[in-house]
Amino acid sequence: MHTTGTTVAHGQSVTGAAHDHAGHEEKSFLWTYVFSTDHKVIGIQYSITGLLFLLFGFCLMMLMRWQLAYPGSPIPFIGGLLGDARAPGGTMLPEFYNELGAMHGTIMVFLGVVPLAVGGFGNFVLPLQIGAPDMAFPRINMMSYWPYFMGGVIMLASFFVPGGAAQSGWTSYSPLAELAGSGQTMWLLGMVMLITSSLLGAINFLTTTVQLRAKGLTFWRFPFFVWAQFVTSFLLLLAFPPLEAAGVLQLMDRLAGTSFFLPSGLVVSGQVLQVSGGGNPLLWQHLFWFLAHPEVYVLILPAMGIVAEIIANNTRKPLFGYRTMVYSLIFLGFMSFVVWAHHMFMTGMGTVMSAFFQTTTMIISIPSVAILTSLIISLWGGSIRFTTPMLFALAFLPMFGIGGLTGLPLGLNVTDIPLHDTYYVIAHFHYVVAPGTIFALFAGIYYWFPKATGRMMSETLGRIHFAGSFIFMNMVFMPMFLVGLAGVSRRLYDGGASYDFAQPVLHWNRVSSYGAWALGLSQIPFIINFFWSMRHGRKVDQNPWQATTLEWAAPSPPPHGNFTTPPEVYRGPYEYSVPGRATDFYPQSERAEA
Amino acid sequence: MEIPYTVSVRQDTGLNNGKIGIWLFLASEVMLFGALFASYVLLRTGATTWPRGASILNVPMATFNTIVLITSSVTMVMAWASLARNQFGRFRLYMGATILLGGVFLTVKYFEYTAKFHHELFPRTNTFLAIYFTLTGLHMLHVIGGMAVNAWFWGPGAKLWKTNPTWFTNRVENSGLFWHFVDLVWIFLFPILYLL
Amino acid sequence: MSGHDPAEVDRHVRVYIVVFVSLMALTLVTVAVSYLHLPLPMAIAVALAIASVKGSLVACYFMHLISEKKLIIAILALTVFMFLTVLFIPTFTHMNSIELHG
Repeated sequence: MHTTGTTVAHGQSVTGAAHDHAGHEEKSFLWTYVFSTDHKVIGIQYSITGLLFLLFGFCLMMLMRWQLAYPGSPIPFIGGLLGDARAPGGTMLPEFYNELGAMHGTIMVFLGVVPLAVGGFGNFVLPLQIGAPDMAFPRINMMSYWPYFMGGVIMLASFFVPGGAAQSGWTSYSPLAELAGSGQTMWLLGMVMLITSSLLGAINFLTTTVQLRAKGLTFWRFPFFVWAQFVTSFLLLLAFPPLEAAGVLQLMDRLAGTSFFLPSGLVVSGQVLQVSGGGNPLLWQHLFWFLAHPEVYVLILPAMGIVAEIIANNTRKPLFGYRTMVYSLIFLGFMSFVVWAHHMFMTGMGTVMSAFFQTTTMIISIPSVAILTSLIISLWGGSIRFTTPMLFALAFLPMFGIGGLTGLPLGLNVTDIPLHDTYYVIAHFHYVVAPGTIFALFAGIYYWFPKATGRMMSETLGRIHFAGSFIFMNMVFMPMFLVGLAGVSRRLYDGGASYDFAQPVLHWNRVSSYGAWALGLSQIPFIINFFWSMRHGRKVDQNPWQATTLEWAAPSPPPHGNFTTPPEVYRGPYEYSVPGRATDFYPQSERAEA
Repeated sequence: MEIPYTVSVRQDTGLNNGKIGIWLFLASEVMLFGALFASYVLLRTGATTWPRGASILNVPMATFNTIVLITSSVTMVMAWASLARNQFGRFRLYMGATILLGGVFLTVKYFEYTAKFHHELFPRTNTFLAIYFTLTGLHMLHVIGGMAVNAWFWGPGAKLWKTNPTWFTNRVENSGLFWHFVDLVWIFLFPILYLL
Repeated sequence: MSGHDPAEVDRHVRVYIVVFVSLMALTLVTVAVSYLHLPLPMAIAVALAIASVKGSLVACYFMHLISEKKLIIAILALTVFMFLTVLFIPTFTHMNSIELHG
């Protein structure tokens, strides 16, 4: 570690070439950017890849929304490009609609949100926020990115095999998934790669947080973001392996002719399936949801962490109920492992088990509410700065509120009966992930962009991005509650058009579609802003937000090794507006006045 | 740039990074095999009939393999103990024995599997065989992985002993932890599949 | 366990030998018991009990858990809880299902 007296950053900036330190050989492009072991480079790799997949998954959905708005009519422009196997005459086939649906979900969750929230933000920010020079295992960190990349390639390639991509939902229930074409096998292989990436990442995050925190940085002085990533990593570590096991079993069923998930006497197209039988489709569901429920907390926890940082910074006061929030986070993580069968209330479950899972599900809403309420109360009496990150962070609060509250009837077994697998569910979970998590991720990008690049993003373009996103997110998803309550099932390729009872609500499908396309257009200012600001954004020093946490004590962008001298921590993470001080923020690493 | 606590221990946790890392990895492996055991339990309790392991599988061969694997665990821990006592030659001997015994385990498994295939007993034949092949197959992949890591430390990786003996000793200990875990899984697999 | 004190390691080695012999003996016992053809529930209980003892010996002494730091024990305690969850609850759910008749 070079400890020079200067504060000039010898950085590995996103756009600039790598500078070498005195005494180090200049590394080739390959080792500096492609196989770098620097957590910041890896974080940016995860982030850019994750954002690209988010965009791609979004495009898949925009295609679906044409079919839902105008069932059976040819897609303009793109319809001709899709080819006869997917969309003869430009009208998409039901099979292709199912591919889009399954892959939209898979890509958004596993290739988009989690890599960005955990791989991107976690990797970039965590070591900086704890005052560490890098992750505990830099080479394993580098090696965790490439399975993610390979998994993504496999998933994308699956669109081009005979039969197309996976089309049995992101949930891949048996027996449908087992009877599907080779795209499903590729889905399974892609998932194995992604799980490997997440496991390696989780091991790194946990070890780093415990071992490499700066002197004086006790657990109770952690920024909430660090706690959030810490709990998230435990969820990834312990919940993903059962899905890996399930993936292996489904691969065995598909490739080795076993019947782990196929019952005896299954009749397909009038013929009894020639397999040994004796399997159980519910076993797949149990193993899948054992991961997939903690997975949704993996989706939300980093977002809460980001929002907490931005709220504290832009209210110029400490978070309300920090300790309560941390205890809630830990309790939430723990409970997330014992609620999974609320996704299976309709599988013929007896009353004992459904009562058990209903109860645990109701209990888990308590820590969620505690965290959200603390964040809301944190605004009280604050000097609120309506910066772009803060706009997104503020919007997160009611949006997550709607998402969370609408989950309650789904978590109670009786009210779940009419709502299960309807558009109500789609609306519920999208509210949590889309104007919930993704807004928080946008907030995080606007917030930490100056740390990664030394430049600010444009506030004007940011506000346009925010306004469009906020309005059109609600336009897409609010009507879906109505459509779901009317009884329209999810995963119908005509959006319910062939059902009499659905006729009165069908026009809402068009509203959602217009909203989706407008939402897509609203992202254009963001994409322009992101790339333009890298080169032309307003240059700033290392702490443009006047924040207290450790990452702002490093140069922007931070050099290899992050800090010119290892920081020491003297106080908590949110010492804003401390009485008697000249400035309204007291950084964690600033030495106390004599 | 050096990562702190790679070799030395951090005072408040009393641990170095690698020790925590390997235990976290083993925690994830517990969940992986746990889910497979859970699948076994669910499939067996839901089945109308289920064969006794001994009626299909070769108990004497598997007993021999159990003894082989347990012995390899002893040689593995002795390999680490030799390094801790500064006896590099002894380390080479014990680590070599561990790898060899792993090879014996794999060889016996090879004969077991081919014998099954010869008698037209495949994973697709029935659920018992399906879970047997999957569980023992995945375990076997872990044996191979462990052997590969051990071979690295026996061979090219042993250079580290000269430059940083403490780090080398710790790394051998960590790969030993993985090897013991593989043995531990087999200690449960063996009676569950073969004896019940 | 980075105890490099030679006398300490010597003590450990003696323990390893004792554990090795115990593991061999227990292996032979568990195989012998299987030839008794006990009723299934009892056979399962005995086999798992012996396996648990063997597994504990490997974990505590070969893997040094008996003298390991609190952080590792805490991680494992959490893992064991999750392991038991995934092991038992799917089967309980399966046994508590509504039977379709007719």
